[in-house]
Amino acid sequence: MREAPMEYLYYPGCSLETSGKPYDESLRAVFRVLGIELKTLKDWNCCGATMYMSVDEAISLAISARNLALAEQNGCRGLIAPCSACYTVLLKTNRFLKDSPELKSKVDHLLAQGGLSYNLTVQVRHPLDVLVNDVGGETIARAAKRSLAGVCFAPYYGCQIVRPERGFDDREFPMTMDRMFERLGATSVYFPLKTRCCGGMLMTKFPDVALNLVNELLDCATENGAQCIITTCPLCQVNLEAYQKRASKKFGKSYDIPVLYFTQLLGLALGCSETELGMQRNLTTFKAPLAAAVA
Amino acid sequence: MASARVGLEPRLEQSRIPGALPATEQALRKKFLEESQLVPGGDRISRCLQCGTCTGSCPVSYAMDISPRMVIALFRAGQIEEILRSRTIWICASCYMCTTRCPQGIKITDLLYALKRTAMGTGLYPDRLPVYALSKNFVRVVNRYGRNHEMLLLLLYYLRRNPLALFRLLPLGFAMWKRGRISLFPAKIEGIQTIRQMLAASKALEMPREKEEVPYVEGTVGYRAVG
Repeated sequence: MREAPMEYLYYPGCSLETSGKPYDESLRAVFRVLGIELKTLKDWNCCGATMYMSVDEAISLAISARNLALAEQNGCRGLIAPCSACYTVLLKTNRFLKDSPELKSKVDHLLAQGGLSYNLTVQVRHPLDVLVNDVGGETIARAAKRSLAGVCFAPYYGCQIVRPERGFDDREFPMTMDRMFERLGATSVYFPLKTRCCGGMLMTKFPDVALNLVNELLDCATENGAQCIITTCPLCQVNLEAYQKRASKKFGKSYDIPVLYFTQLLGLALGCSETELGMQRNLTTFKAPLAAAVA
Repeated sequence: MASARVGLEPRLEQSRIPGALPATEQALRKKFLEESQLVPGGDRISRCLQCGTCTGSCPVSYAMDISPRMVIALFRAGQIEEILRSRTIWICASCYMCTTRCPQGIKITDLLYALKRTAMGTGLYPDRLPVYALSKNFVRVVNRYGRNHEMLLLLLYYLRRNPLALFRLLPLGFAMWKRGRISLFPAKIEGIQTIRQMLAASKALEMPREKEEVPYVEGTVGYRAVG
């Protein structure tokens, strides 16, 4: 069906270089298996995340637009940003520049100082969006080597990949990831907090507030019988994984639930090895009942 | 970090004239309106119904001293200083739930960003709560290296805020390091020069954007003007 092999530009983002390394590794592995080429954007810089915006608007947009300008030079069809913060900031940059001529002219001026220009042609995509809408659930199901039958997971999308604007899925109750994994045999448990905030950087600023949020999420997932939580964001993953002990202590629980990136679970279904998916880097261990092979 | 405090003597000439705002407040208001006008759709703040959907949707509003709805109410009442002195704007984790649900389409999260910029620009922060230091240090790291470096950022922040908390983070840091999830040294991007040029240019842009004020001349408006 497909004519040419698909090709995307890839913007890893700062987190995926360090704390989100397993996400980076598993994402590359999954795309390799599916035959999609990922070209890393050369010399990318920080998108500005949620914090640069609080200091200066024009320069924060210009810094994030530098990446889009570089991507445009490459003549790319889609720029994949796996980190939720990067994804939402790059999208926001596109939208702000489209909506506000005043900001656009300011940012153009700043970019010109660095010898760059940007004409709003780059499409920012989340890998989940690419997998579900460009590759398609059917192709993935056909490529699957193992069945995920018996895996009960809590689908945790986090806040920023579906908000503030309506993107590739519903803003409060997205279903794309649920459907993708259910097609591969897994069961998604009832998880109404799927787009609730994990606390993000609050873990450093107001740990008590963030621990409360983390506790709510872990509680909801375990109460509903999930064996693992599947995340789409490096910050959510770290918050849910690394603070289980502290949350347990504070709220009198005993959490011990694996937290995986969605690309890791998908990689397992596609037959990648655990090392390829960076599973040894997770702080929690996931023992999946993945015996059955798909015919 | 002693940025110039806005305005003159606070609360001195206040409430002499009924309905008039004190000079500090006027300056803050001007700064905030400048910041929020640049946000596309920022002017929708005037449509607020005070329904409270934002506060009800916010996952952290229980920990705020001023709820998101009250932020808009206080802005209308001319008490921006009170907003900036609260911890509300720094507690927002920007999950955009309020923006998504607001029946009037007010971009509350983006307005909170505008308030953060107002606070940064005027040096008004909540007392004894240096959380803004995280954003400041983040900008420092990114401006220097072009990318964020998680460890350096946390180090800078905790040294300023609470050095003892670093010890608490040690076991976690070690576990992450063992698994190759922490890099010890930040690396510069190749094109850091372009970022420096952009930063320098933005400094030049920061000229005070004066709105031209037309003096009121008797007889130029209203019935008298048309005779």
